[in-house]
Amino acid sequence: MKSFVFPEFQIIRDEEKCGQCRGCERQCAFGTHTYDPVLDRLVSDNYKCAGCQRCAIFCPKGAIEVRPTQSFYRPNASWSREKLEDLKKQAETGGVILTGCGNDKPFRIYWDHIVLNASQVTNPSIDPLREPMELRTFLGAKPDFMDVKTNKGDVEIETKLGPNLMVETPILFSAMSYGAISYNAFRSLATAACSSGTFFNTGEGGLPKEMRGEFGKCAIVQVASGRFGIDAEYLNCAAAVEIKVGQGAKPGIGGHLPGEKVSAAVAATRMIPMGTDAISPAPHHDIYSIEDLSMLIYALKEATNYEKPVSVKIAAVHNFAAIASGIVRAGADIIAIDGLRGGTGAAPKVIRDNVGIPIELAISSLDRRLRNEGIRNRASIIAAGGIRCSADVIKAIALGADAVYIGSAALIAMGCNLCQKCYTGKCKQGICTQDPRLSGRLNVEIASQRLSNLIHAWSHEISEMLGGMGINALESLRGNRDHLRGVGLYEWELDVMGIKGAGE
Amino acid sequence: MLMARAHLAKVQPKKAALDDESVEKVEIDTTDLATRELNDRLRDLMLAGTKEAVLRNVCGQRYIGTRLYSPEHRKMEIEIFGTPGNDLGAFLFGHKIIVHGNAQDGVGNTMDAGEIVIEGRAGDVLGFSMRGGKIFVRDSVGYRTALHMKEYEDKIPVLVIGGTSQDFLGEYMAGGIVILLGLGGKPHNGNFMGTGMHGGIIYLRGTVEKTQVGGQVEISPLDEEDREIVEHYISEFIERFPGLSLEKEQILKDEWIRLSPKSKRPYGKLYAY
Repeated sequence: MKSFVFPEFQIIRDEEKCGQCRGCERQCAFGTHTYDPVLDRLVSDNYKCAGCQRCAIFCPKGAIEVRPTQSFYRPNASWSREKLEDLKKQAETGGVILTGCGNDKPFRIYWDHIVLNASQVTNPSIDPLREPMELRTFLGAKPDFMDVKTNKGDVEIETKLGPNLMVETPILFSAMSYGAISYNAFRSLATAACSSGTFFNTGEGGLPKEMRGEFGKCAIVQVASGRFGIDAEYLNCAAAVEIKVGQGAKPGIGGHLPGEKVSAAVAATRMIPMGTDAISPAPHHDIYSIEDLSMLIYALKEATNYEKPVSVKIAAVHNFAAIASGIVRAGADIIAIDGLRGGTGAAPKVIRDNVGIPIELAISSLDRRLRNEGIRNRASIIAAGGIRCSADVIKAIALGADAVYIGSAALIAMGCNLCQKCYTGKCKQGICTQDPRLSGRLNVEIASQRLSNLIHAWSHEISEMLGGMGINALESLRGNRDHLRGVGLYEWELDVMGIKGAGE
Repeated sequence: MLMARAHLAKVQPKKAALDDESVEKVEIDTTDLATRELNDRLRDLMLAGTKEAVLRNVCGQRYIGTRLYSPEHRKMEIEIFGTPGNDLGAFLFGHKIIVHGNAQDGVGNTMDAGEIVIEGRAGDVLGFSMRGGKIFVRDSVGYRTALHMKEYEDKIPVLVIGGTSQDFLGEYMAGGIVILLGLGGKPHNGNFMGTGMHGGIIYLRGTVEKTQVGGQVEISPLDEEDREIVEHYISEFIERFPGLSLEKEQILKDEWIRLSPKSKRPYGKLYAY
C-alpha cells in the first residue's frame, strides 16, 4: 500500500564537504544513508531518518545537517501534522501507534513555574565548599516513636528499626530492564550507582547472575506482573525489592518486550525461551485488592527474611493518593510514584500522552495525604517522571519527596538524544538495543563515568541551593513548601501543591 | 497476625548456629504460632540442618516455606497437618511440602524449584508465574490457575491436578506443563482457558468446547510424545496419592485433548511504527 505519510526529517548533505568516507552509512541503525558506487556519492533516504543526529555528530567533515522537513501540510490548528500522520499510519496498518521516551506534549511543566528561596541578611546562607552539607537520606519505614538512651553523651537508639536504604544523594536510577536496554547500558547504571553511593533499579528483566555479587548491594530488584527472572537468590542479593504496579508513561497497561529483543542472554536472565514475547500483563494477576498487595509485600518480606525494604511503584493518576495510603497500610516501606512525563522503552502513544497526572502535583498531594493521616513516617516517597535537572530534584524534595528516580536523564547522560525510537530495538547509541553491533558502541567505563559525573554535578548544585536557603541538611527541606513560591499558576494549582504565589 | 506474642519464648529455640548438631526431624505444634513466628522457627531449623519438619494443627499461617532461602541451597521437607494459609510455598527454593488437607490461595506463587503435594483441593491463583518444580493437587482447584507459568531450557514447571479447574486456567501461559485429570466425573466447566497463552502446554482428560478457550489457543488430540509426557506424570501422581487406587491404563485410554498456543508471539502484529 502506498504510504501517504511524508518524511519527518530532511537530510541536507554538503556534497563539497562530503568525502565519501561512508561513516554516516555505518553510524545509522536505520539504513538511511547508502553509498552509490556508480555515482561515487552517498544518498540518503529521508523516510528512514529518526532525527537522532548521530550521523551529523559523527561526520568528520561536518557535511550533514538533519532538520525537521520544511514541507508541510496545509496548516490547521486542529489537525496538527502529528495527528494527521498518526492517523494515516493507522489507516495503513491497523495498528496501535507505538512510541518511546516520555510524554512530549506541552503539558504545563510545574517545575518551571516554581521558584526557590534564598537567605538574605537574617539566617545567613551556608557555603557548601566550606561547611558540611548533608544530602544523605534513609529510605524506608521509620518508627512512630523512638526510644533513645544516652550513655556518656552518646545517644543510642533502643527502638528496633526496620530496614532502610542509605543513599548518599537523593537521586536513584529508575527502573530500566536488561532486555529493554542493552547489557552495557544496564551495567553502566549499576557501576555508576555503586560508585556514587546510590541505587539502580533492575526493572523487571532480572539481574544477570554474574552481576549479583558485585552489584546486588546497589540494586533495587523489581517484581512486576510478568515475574521475569525472579528467584529467591535474585531477591536476596539486592538492597531492596520493588513491586511495580504502574508506570508513568503507561499507567494501567502492561508491557510487551518483543521477541526480537529476547536474545540468548536476555532469555537466560528472564528465564524464558529465546525469541518469545516477554509479556507483562496489565495487572498482577495475584493482586486484585489492597489486601492482595499486602500479601505480596509480606511474601517478599518473608522471602528476604525481613531484611530489605519493600517498595511499591505506582503511576500518578487521579485517585492515587488514597490508593497510596492503602499501600502504606499494606506494609510498603517505600512508595515510588511516577508522573505523566515518565519515560519508557515502548508505550502506545495514546496512553503515554493522555493518561496520568504531572508528578509535581502528585508529590505534594501524596505527602499531604500521608501527613494528614499520620502515616507519613511509615513510608518514604520516591518521585519519578520528568526530573531534568538538580533544581527539579530540590523542588521535588521541598514538595514532599524523600528522593527521586531519574530515567531519561540518566539515558541522556549516556548519550540518548530522545529520538523516541527505543521500541525498534535499533538504538544507535547502543542503549536501547540487543544488537551486539550497536550495543558495542556503548563503553561501560565511559558511560558509567558520565553517569557518575551527572550525579556528582547535581549533588553539588543541590548543596549550593540548600546552602543558599540557609539549610545544611536535606532533611530540613523535605516537605518544606515555605521555600517554594509559584509564578504564573492558578490558585487551584497553588492549593494542590500547598505553595504560595510569588510575592506572598 | 504478625504481632509478637508473649509465649514466644517458650516455643522459639535459640537461633541455631550453622554447624550445630542438627536434628533430622522436628515436630511443631503450630496451634498458637502466628505466621511470622512459625516461619522464623522453620528458618532456624533449616539453618540448623534439620531435614524434615512436621507441622501439626496448622490453621491459616501464610508463606510456609517462603523464608527458606539459603545460598547453599539447603533442602527441607515440610509435612503439614491442617490447612495452611495463602501463598504456601511462594518463591519456594527447592523444598518439598506435603499438605494433609486442603490449601488456600496462591500455592506455589512464583515458585522456583521443589515440590508441593496437596492431599485435598487448592484455592485460586495456584502456581502463578511458577518457573520450576512440581505441584500435585489431589482434587480440584480454583480460578486463575497456572497463570503466566514460564520455562527456561530444562527448567519446566509441572502442575498435575486430579480434578478440574475454574475459569482463566493458563492465562498468559508462557511455559510449563499443566495436566488436568478430570477425576470424579465432573466436566471441565472453566471458561477463558489459555487467554493470551504463548508457551507451555495444557493436557485435559475429557474435552472442552471451543468457546471455553482463548483465541490464542489451539485444541488438538495428543500425539505419541504427548502421551509419553502424560503417562509419566500420571505415574508420579499415582505414586503421591496411593489412597486413590488409580489405574494408569484406565485413565490414559479415555479421551484427552491438548491446549497449546497458536503462536509464541500472540501480539506481534498489534503495533504500527
